[in-house]
Amino acid sequence: MHSFGYRANAVLTFALTILALMCAIASFSDNFNFPSPSAEIQIVGFNGFKKKPHGNDEVSLTMNITADLQSLFTWNTKQLFIFVAAEYETPQNSLNQVSLWDAIILAKEHAKFWIQTKNKYRFVDQGSNLRGKDFNLTLHWHVMPKTGKMFADKLVMSGFRIPEEHSL
Amino acid sequence: MGWIAEHVESIKSMKIRDTLSQLITLGMIVSTALIIWKALMCLTGSESPVVVVLSGSMEPGFKRGDILFLHMSEAPFRAGEIVVYNVEGKQIPIVHRVIEVHEQENSGKVDILTKGDANDWNDRSLYAYGQNWLKPQQIMGRAVGFVPYAGWVTIIMTEKPIIKYILVGALGLLVITSKD
Repeated sequence: MHSFGYRANAVLTFALTILALMCAIASFSDNFNFPSPSAEIQIVGFNGFKKKPHGNDEVSLTMNITADLQSLFTWNTKQLFIFVAAEYETPQNSLNQVSLWDAIILAKEHAKFWIQTKNKYRFVDQGSNLRGKDFNLTLHWHVMPKTGKMFADKLVMSGFRIPEEHSL
Repeated sequence: MGWIAEHVESIKSMKIRDTLSQLITLGMIVSTALIIWKALMCLTGSESPVVVVLSGSMEPGFKRGDILFLHMSEAPFRAGEIVVYNVEGKQIPIVHRVIEVHEQENSGKVDILTKGDANDWNDRSLYAYGQNWLKPQQIMGRAVGFVPYAGWVTIIMTEKPIIKYILVGALGLLVITSKD
């Protein structure tokens, strides 16, 4: 009952149980954070709108993104993954979501920022339905903890519109 | 070592009933583990409620060796969710983020595109030959939580099977020769 094997087994089991409990409590403490993030996106301009050889529309744009996401960080946060997605409806598809830009924020200080950027990923439609289309730009954030449950939420900004005519 | 001699001694002096009772205890332990696993499968609705991250394509969020808890629901897939999916013909599931969704309400057709956070390119090159979009049926679950480093045990046992045999052998020996 007091051999090395038993003692090692008991210590290991106890250690693992305590670690698991600590992870659970750390994750639970995230529920007590009530964040108040804010963000704004403006489209500086459309750089190009073309119809590709296979018939799909592609839009290229530059946007200004301003955000204050500092309140989302807790002591249990490892990083904040944010991305901007364009959402729109077409006669062919009732919902389209295309991610245009994303970033990883590792520290609270960097969570308040302003950036002007072209879309990182191509804004391509399934088809040729984008002329004059109204669309929303949604800023999504995904709080990835050091351990435990992940939280995600978003802020929808509407009122954007793609130009009527294709341009080179 | 005197430790091994001690254990060989105790094996020699065992009786039949004790042996049977040890075997049944072993069986109970294995069944309990299986029951817990199946119950988790029911609770989370996913075939594989816990997965180990095998590659670094989601760094710095998920590193190799982290364990992910999955949950599956009927809710439609939306951009930003971290999903685990299987490619037809390939065994190892992939954990990446959804970056594009195209959904047709009438026919129920949904096209999904995924990408690893640390990858520059989307996952098209990982999908089956000729497949440009992922189907919801291929997705096993959404990642809802994770525990860091806990999956290294599984990785080591898979990549160096000799350690698995040593561990199982030693555990078996311990259970059989315990004096309870």
